[in-house]
Amino acid sequence: MKKKILIVDDDFDLLEQMTVILTTAGYEVVSVEGRAEAEEKLLEFKPDLAILDLMMEEKDSGFVLGHQIRRLYPDIPILLLTAVAGETGLSFSALYPEAQSWIKANRIMDKPVRPEQLRNEVHRLLQEAADAGGGHA
Amino acid sequence: MDLLNILIVDDEYGMRRGAERALRKMHLHLHDINGDVSFNIRTAADGREFDERMAEEQPDIVILDYKLPDTTGLDILDRLMKQPLDLLVIMITAYASLDTAVTATRRGAYDFLAKPFTPEELRGAVRKAARHLILQRQARRLAEEKRQVRFQFVSVLAHEMKAPISAIEGYLQMMRERAVGETLADYDHIVDRCLVRIEGMRKLISDLLDMTSIESGQRQRVIATVDLGEIARQAVENVKAEAARRGITIDLDLPEGAGIEADRAEIEMIFNNLVSNAVKYNRDGGRVGVRVQEVEDEIRLDVEDSGIGMTPEECQRLFRDFSRIKNDKTRHISGSGLGLSTLKKIVTLYDGDISVESRPDVGSTFSVVLRPGSANASR
Repeated sequence: MKKKILIVDDDFDLLEQMTVILTTAGYEVVSVEGRAEAEEKLLEFKPDLAILDLMMEEKDSGFVLGHQIRRLYPDIPILLLTAVAGETGLSFSALYPEAQSWIKANRIMDKPVRPEQLRNEVHRLLQEAADAGGGHA
Repeated sequence: MDLLNILIVDDEYGMRRGAERALRKMHLHLHDINGDVSFNIRTAADGREFDERMAEEQPDIVILDYKLPDTTGLDILDRLMKQPLDLLVIMITAYASLDTAVTATRRGAYDFLAKPFTPEELRGAVRKAARHLILQRQARRLAEEKRQVRFQFVSVLAHEMKAPISAIEGYLQMMRERAVGETLADYDHIVDRCLVRIEGMRKLISDLLDMTSIESGQRQRVIATVDLGEIARQAVENVKAEAARRGITIDLDLPEGAGIEADRAEIEMIFNNLVSNAVKYNRDGGRVGVRVQEVEDEIRLDVEDSGIGMTPEECQRLFRDFSRIKNDKTRHISGSGLGLSTLKKIVTLYDGDISVESRPDVGSTFSVVLRPGSANASR
């Protein structure tokens, strides 16, 4: 069965690009443009992976949504996308080294993300989740 | 209410008591900032006590005697001036010697008082120093706020400018990968989206320039009689091709010979912006109504459209910098989020208002009221 990915980004074009790239790579993609819509979707289905843009309606919408996803589905991996690097010249993890633990994202990537980078990261995160899940069973 | 700390440094007991008594009950009202000031007085008899008082709490104003038993007033003055302390020094010179006063002022004292002086002279000097200090602090605070606002604006601007670049970059990468097919036609949609984003970026830059020219105050405003009919017809002319292509009709309702004492470029921005928005955010086959009315000393402009409309919450956000309503209906429309916030700044130059009434999927009416009599006074 195809793995389901939820993508949340308020830029229509980036959403469309990620959707095409990941659909072509064989995933089932559900894409929404904001936190409120994402919350609705999350009640309808459980994705295998979530990709969240950090800055949407609010500067930290991605964090908030990440926390909510963790509460609902503790085991799904989260990939957080930020545009911070370009504005500050620093990578996000260098900017907030302590953030990794409380952000609740499995991976943080600076935008723009290249297609093969996105495919690789998604593949790796799903693999890790599958391995962890297998261990428990 | 501001409370300023005064420290009196003098070796004569009578002098310290006298000064304390003269200042203790003093209150100051600053008309220009509508603020009240009162004073807290402390004293020191020599250099050692001065150090102790400084360690307790930093004063705002130091009244400093020139001659002290264990040091000199000038030494203390030098020490104070070496550090970037936010305080003023009033030097007390023992003899009415201009030399000492000049030396002290040159080394950083704000003012000086020559002994003997009356309580009223002392209060006068303190009043002057307090006023200077408070206004200076106020100016610094405002400058700091301005820097903050500017920093925030530039941060958001950088984010807004990067977004279309990222989008176009992403599409180019998909094209390089042949992500959606082998023929050029497979990429029509991608090319269209890139063009929409480039158009958005161009709009952002031109709106930014408009806004900067209004805000800078550098632009020479030329107040003259402006023919509103001509400007309205030109605004309609600018969007005619786009309106015709989408089957949108535009009705103009103008009183004969309507005019206004105003800066032409500013009035053009108002009309062009509202009329082009009314077409952009309209539905195909819709209509736009542009109506100008002269009511006593006011000019009223209403631009009505039969477009996508907005919710009350969306209307509230509309006039802020970079505020854009993002939804399915606005996706293909280029906007910077700066146009209406710039109009808002323009109408305040005419002591006017801009407002909107809107219903989703029915349409919006933007109304501008200008009071041109005040056009000159507001700058």
